[in-house]
Amino acid sequence: MKVTILQFPGTNCEYDTAHAFESLGTTIELLWHKAKNISQDTDLLVIAGGFSYGDYLRSGAIARFSPVMKAVGDYAKKGGKILGICNGFQVLTEAGLLPGALKRNENLHFISKHHHLKVINNDNVFLEKLNKNDIVNIPIAHHDGNFYIDANNLKELERNNQILLKYCDKNGNINNPNGSVDSIAGICNKEKNIFGLMPHPERAMETLLGSDDGIKMLQGFLQA
Amino acid sequence: MKAIVNISLKNGVLDSQGKAVHHALGSLHFSGVDDVRVGKQIILKLDETDATKAKENVTNMCEELLANTVIEDYEIEIVS
Repeated sequence: MKVTILQFPGTNCEYDTAHAFESLGTTIELLWHKAKNISQDTDLLVIAGGFSYGDYLRSGAIARFSPVMKAVGDYAKKGGKILGICNGFQVLTEAGLLPGALKRNENLHFISKHHHLKVINNDNVFLEKLNKNDIVNIPIAHHDGNFYIDANNLKELERNNQILLKYCDKNGNINNPNGSVDSIAGICNKEKNIFGLMPHPERAMETLLGSDDGIKMLQGFLQA
Repeated sequence: MKAIVNISLKNGVLDSQGKAVHHALGSLHFSGVDDVRVGKQIILKLDETDATKAKENVTNMCEELLANTVIEDYEIEIVS
């Protein structure tokens, strides 16, 4: 298994993400944003968290025009698996590879804490190793994590089982930290090969650090 | 030629910053403010001398980069 992780100026979660996937026995390639191609043997392409281009203009707005993003689009069209974590999710929505947009958190604060998430749909390659309604404890750390989509497109997401994760409390009751429409924490595209989420599963790999629920999520991303 | 682009959240998209500012104005006893919207302004200096062409060009910039039309509206003012 090989995981390729993109680096933009301002990306800062690439080494954590590499460490997490390496601990599961994968090979890692870090790919600078000026690259024009994505290695053929990539099994999973990850756009890691951070603050690409300092979040100037809007989070993810400038990264979208980096040279590598054309290759990312081609990779997606061919059915390649793409995972966008936090800023990676913002880049994917700005690039139009995922629907909706990520706004400033409703309370205007940067939120950094562990949060529970509920698996809403698992009929996709990313979460098929988890069960519907499973609850995982994963850190969130974002200023612009307030997912917005209009009512019609929200219905479309529901119809196609594209809502993968929602924010909840430890008992699974919906609990929204940032004002996201329908408490959405992560969605996939219609073809189900692109997954974006605000929480950081790569930061939940050790019980000593609060949770190792990220392990089963990352293992799932590597399946199929 | 100069273009002034005003970008704000669409009607119906909650403007949390506007709400916070509105609340703060209330706390400072400024009365009679019904609503506050916070946006951003981008000022572009252009080589173009034809106002119609300039507006067309800046519209493309807004659609592609300056605004995220999923959540934002934009207004363009061309000043010579």
